[in-house]
Parts: sequence; C-alpha cells; structure tokens
Amino acid sequence: MTFRAKHLLGIEHLHPTEITTLLDLADSYADHNRRGVAHRDVLAGLTQINMFFENSTRTQASFEIAGKRLGADVMNMEMQASSIKKGETLIDTALTLNAMHPDLLVVRHPHSGAVDLLAQKVNCAVLNAGDGKHEHPTQALLDALTIRRAKGRLHRLSIAICGDVAHSRVARSNIMLLGKMENRIRLIAPPTLMPSGMNEFGCEVFEDMEEGLKDVDVVMMLRLQKERMDGGFIPSEREYFHRYGLDAAKLAHAKPDAIVMHPGPMNRGVEIDGTIADDINRSVIQEQVEMGVAVRMAAMDLLAQNLRAARADTQGVMV
Amino acid sequence: MTDTLFINARLIDPVALTDTLGALLVRGGRIAEVFDTNPDAGDAQVIDCSGKCLAPGIIDIGVKVSEPGERHKESFRSAGRAAAAGGVTTIVTRPDTLPAIDTPETLEFVERRAQADAPVHVLPMAALTKGREGREMTEIGFLQDAGAVAFSDADRVVTDSKVFSRALTYARSLDALVIGHTQDPGLSKGAAVTSGKFASLRGLPGVTPMAERMALDRDIALLEMTGARYHASQITTARALPALERAKRNGLNITAGVGVHHLTLNEMDVADYRTFFKVKPPLRSEDDRIAVVQAVADGLIDVISSMHTPQDEESKRLPFEEAASGAVGLETLLPAALRLYHAEMIDLPRLFRALTLNPARVLGLEAGRLQAGAPADLILFDPDAPFQLDRSQLLSKSKNTPFDGARMQGKVLGTWVDGDRIWEKA
Repeated sequence: MTFRAKHLLGIEHLHPTEITTLLDLADSYADHNRRGVAHRDVLAGLTQINMFFENSTRTQASFEIAGKRLGADVMNMEMQASSIKKGETLIDTALTLNAMHPDLLVVRHPHSGAVDLLAQKVNCAVLNAGDGKHEHPTQALLDALTIRRAKGRLHRLSIAICGDVAHSRVARSNIMLLGKMENRIRLIAPPTLMPSGMNEFGCEVFEDMEEGLKDVDVVMMLRLQKERMDGGFIPSEREYFHRYGLDAAKLAHAKPDAIVMHPGPMNRGVEIDGTIADDINRSVIQEQVEMGVAVRMAAMDLLAQNLRAARADTQGVMV
Repeated sequence: MTDTLFINARLIDPVALTDTLGALLVRGGRIAEVFDTNPDAGDAQVIDCSGKCLAPGIIDIGVKVSEPGERHKESFRSAGRAAAAGGVTTIVTRPDTLPAIDTPETLEFVERRAQADAPVHVLPMAALTKGREGREMTEIGFLQDAGAVAFSDADRVVTDSKVFSRALTYARSLDALVIGHTQDPGLSKGAAVTSGKFASLRGLPGVTPMAERMALDRDIALLEMTGARYHASQITTARALPALERAKRNGLNITAGVGVHHLTLNEMDVADYRTFFKVKPPLRSEDDRIAVVQAVADGLIDVISSMHTPQDEESKRLPFEEAASGAVGLETLLPAALRLYHAEMIDLPRLFRALTLNPARVLGLEAGRLQAGAPADLILFDPDAPFQLDRSQLLSKSKNTPFDGARMQGKVLGTWVDGDRIWEKA
C-alpha cells in the first residue's frame, strides 16, 4: 500500500512515498483533464460535502469541480450562514452530518486544529481545505505538482517562501512537504510576520528579500492576510511592497529560470507586481490553479479507495 | 474526644526539613506532641502508619469552586470531597465566580455554603476590584472582616496601574494580602499557547514568555512604591525568576506560587490540540519547567498550588483557540507533585514546604506544620504506590484533568482535619 491515510488532514503525517503516489496520480489526472478524458466512475455513488466555515470561492470551486469530474454527488454547505449562527458546536455539526452518511467531507475552518477535531467524530474521509494558521495540504500538494512539472524534479531545489509566513497555513504545509522531499527552504519576511522558531524546522530565515532570493529555483509568494491581522504588523502596504513585494529588480536575484508562484487570491501591488504575475515566462500561477483540480481529484480518489477497502473489511467481519 | 496516636510514621517535617521515623499525638484537634520513637499509647486510639508518610495537610491557594454560578461544574460538596481524597485540608477559593465575590454578602454566601458542605477548611479570597473589572477597589476592609484571606482578580490583570497602586496602598493599610496574575495583558491577548516552535507548528496564537516578566516587573515596582503584601499566583518562566529573586533580596513583601501543571507538563503535551492541556498561563517550554522546579527546590518560588479549575466537557470539546482554559487538580496535586520527588529534583520535606508550610505562612495560618500546638490537619500517604489515573473516577464534578490515563505514584491513605478523620482510602 503506497497511500494509507484515512484522512488528508495535513502534510505533517504523510510519508514521502505517499506524497509521491498522490502526485503521480494527480499528474495523470492533469493530463487527462487537458485532453478532456472523463472519469465519472471513480467516485460514482459517493457523496461529497464541502463544508466551508470560512469564505472561499477558489478552493471550494476547485474541490467541487474535482468531485464532479470523478462522478461524486457534490453538495456545498454554507456553514457561516447556517448552524454556527444558531450556536451549534462544531462537534454537533459533525455528528449531524455524519448521520447523513457522507463519504467525503471537505472542511475549511478558521481555527487551527478544528478539522482534526471534526475528523475524530465522523466515519467518512475528511479532507482539510485549510484550518486556521495550521495546514492547507492540498495547496502544498498542488504547489509541489506545479514545481515538479516545471522543474522536472521535486528534490534538491532551492525554494524561497516570501511574505506573510506568520498567518499562512500554506507556508506551514509547504515547509513540511518541501522539507520531506529534501529541498532547501528559505523563508523571507519582515520579522513581525515571521513565526518564532522557524530555523528549528531546518529553514533559513531572511529579513532582506534580495539576499533571500539569491539563486533560488522557485519563488513562492504568500498573500498578505489582511483579514487575519489585528493591526500593526507592517507600517503600510506601500512600504511592504517596497521592501517585500516581488518586482523585476528583486526577482533578478533569483536564478534566471526561476519560477514565480502565488496561492491566490493576489494583492497586486502589495506582495507582487502585476507584470511579474502576468509574465507567462516566469509565472506559473495559472498552472497552480489547474493543478489544484488534479491534485484534489487524486486525493479524493485515493481516500475513496481506502474508504471502500475499510468498509469492505468491516462488512466482511459483520457477515 | 479521645487522643489519637500515630505510630511508625515517616514524619515529613517542612519546618525542620526532616524526613524521619517517629510518632505523633493528637489531642483536642491539635498536635500535642511529636516523638522520635513510639511512646506508650495509654488511652489513645493508635494508628499504625507502617512506615508510610505522615505530613501536614496540603493548603491549596487558588482553587476554583464554581459556586455561585456554575454549580454543575463544581460545588462545595464535590470540591470538598475531592480535596479530602487528594490530601488537601485547606482550600483557598478564587473569587472568579459568577457573580464575582466582591461584596461581603457574596462572601458570606460562600462561607455558608462551604460550612454546610465541605469537610475541609475553606478560606475565601475576594476580588480586588469590583466585578474584577479593574476600575474600582472592593470594600477591602469589610471583606476582610467578613473573612476574606486575600484579594485577587484571579486571572485578570488590573491593567490601570493607578487603580492597582491605589488598591495596593489601601490593602497595605489593612495588612491585606494581594494576589496578582502576572501576564502582560497586551502581549497575552488572544494567546492559546506559549510562542515558539510548537506554536508555529500548530498554527496557534502564542504569547512570549516575556509577558510574565513584564507584568511581574510592573507589580514589583508598585510594591516598592506602596509596601503592600503581595503574592504572585503563578511564576512559570525562567526569565521572571531573577526579578523575583531581586525583589525578595531587596526586602519587598513578596512571595510567589506556581501551578503543579507547570511543574510537571510542558508545551509539547498539547500535542494534537488536546484541550485538557490548555491552562492559563499556557504550558511552557521544558527549559522553563526545569528552571521553575529548581526555583521551588531552592525556595525562591514559595508555593505549589493545584490551580484547580473545573470546566465541563462542552467548554473543552471545541477547537483549541475557542476551548476554555484550566484543569482540575485537587485530587492529582499530590501524585503530580510527587513526580518531582521521584525524578529526584526535590526531597519530600522541601516539596511539603511548598505545599503546606509556605502557603500557611503567606496566609498567616497556624496549620501546615508538624509541631506541637498546630492544628491536627494531617495526611497519611504512600509516596510510591503506583496507579493509572482514570478521570471518570475523580470526585470532582468536572473531569478535565490532563493526567487521564497517566501512570502516577502516590496515594493518600487518610486525611484528618482538626484531628477528625475525614477521608480514608477504601
């Protein structure tokens, strides 16, 4: 068995071979998606519920398309509008949903660890679509697939992760994934947006962007998460752009063939210059979105296989 | 009332700092005499301790009994039974109830309830400011007359230094003890864990350990100004220790405590968002834990408390940031503290100095000693007896212990209050 996980809660507990298995499958789905090859039998008869306790258009749409391409019955639940407002606890919501016997539960929640908590209470496969400042595993996997396709490998690369590391679950998942695959990780951020202890994760920490970008293969920009800040992390957006925004002059310090990534949605003119983002020779941002669907298809395919195998086992015991 | 003679006892004396075999006679609710060999029993009822430890009963400063307001979490009856089973003979209750204990009337309610239901001594604290809101001081004089042994806003800091300095000045005129929570409110706002590698890994909001020293430094400056009698309820970080040491050396009227969870657990115990390990202040790094244990052994930190904080399942079964803080501790205080003894970080007399004698001194009580004339608040315990903790067996109404399933050593065999046996191990 090369992918044994029951849930996809984070990168932390994945083995490198599980990551490779998932990326290989996603790679083929990406090609099939481009050619328009349908796979509507893979999740046929399974119910996928997207529970987003936090606003997201892009990720939710990506999971929905992935599920539908594989033939799942997909349902979106607007959690902000419903039970939370009525005071229902997360666990009660989970138990209620569980009683409806979904097969795949895609969850985004504003609190770190909330998806882990929910996964303990349900019988289906849970996919973490982002929990607080903790993890966003499918984003890290789609980033990995994008890098692998652009660079031809996913090891011994020098990768810079720049910007609002403190508030970023994307950064945490990427640090873990890229570390597991044996890459050099450089973190670049103003000290107020750098979480403490990052050098203990085997990352090099830089406050100066030009120094940090020197000779890297990949430049991964992060979105400045204004909605998660309670003020005072940076003096102003224009000063931030001046010192940490990716423009042509700063990018010139990276390798000439370095690719530029961004998890979206972008704040143009804050963390990234619009012309860099749109430069088809450097930016792989659109490819990231495309790989997102493929990676989510692969993740749900593998989890559904494990789910069906587990159910077959229990039925065998019961007979 | 007949005399009681404890023979073959391993006497843990926190005054002389000795751990020796001997006997002890109780007469009229007080310790009458301490012997180094078994004397003639005469008419006394004899209890053969068989070499097990006889020590003063624990005096636990900062126990939350959730009456009034949240009796479903803990009542005086359940807290009293838990205390008796845990070897705690005096609980000093916190005023952070609903409503806060900030008037003589609410204080009298607490005393009446305690009197009716709790088998152990209950000494109430009162709030330092009305509603614990940090704006106006409470009727410290009336509250003291009504029996308040200390004044504290529990886990809230009086942010306005002017309000706090006035309260300290006024308290000084009555020789009232003020107990402070030392966490800088700005830095600790919204924090769920201590900042550092673990907080970063889990994506949880952290507070720098420096927040504790900053708040302690402010309070020390105000003590220097006002001369008040002050106890820092929980000192949990290495960086706060030099400031505490200096304040003591300069002759300020300051003592300090620490919760047993900070002596026995560290931030990593939170692991995968286990909310039973969410306490206030948050668990610290292992380096801080070691430094604080050493400070207890050296006597720089005076008091060990359980910081007993009952929370129901509902308030803990939430995402970590939203979950309530606090852990129950009355029944696990002794076995948890004994982990330090078994790890050879502290000897039993010094451990009991922090559990009994020092809290008695801070509060001006006669208890907490194995000396003729002291109240016969005693516990008999086996420091080595092993067990695995099952939280469903706790006598507290709330079962939010971080030690569920933990292997521990140390069982209380009997508890006496004023010479009466109030608990005996089944």
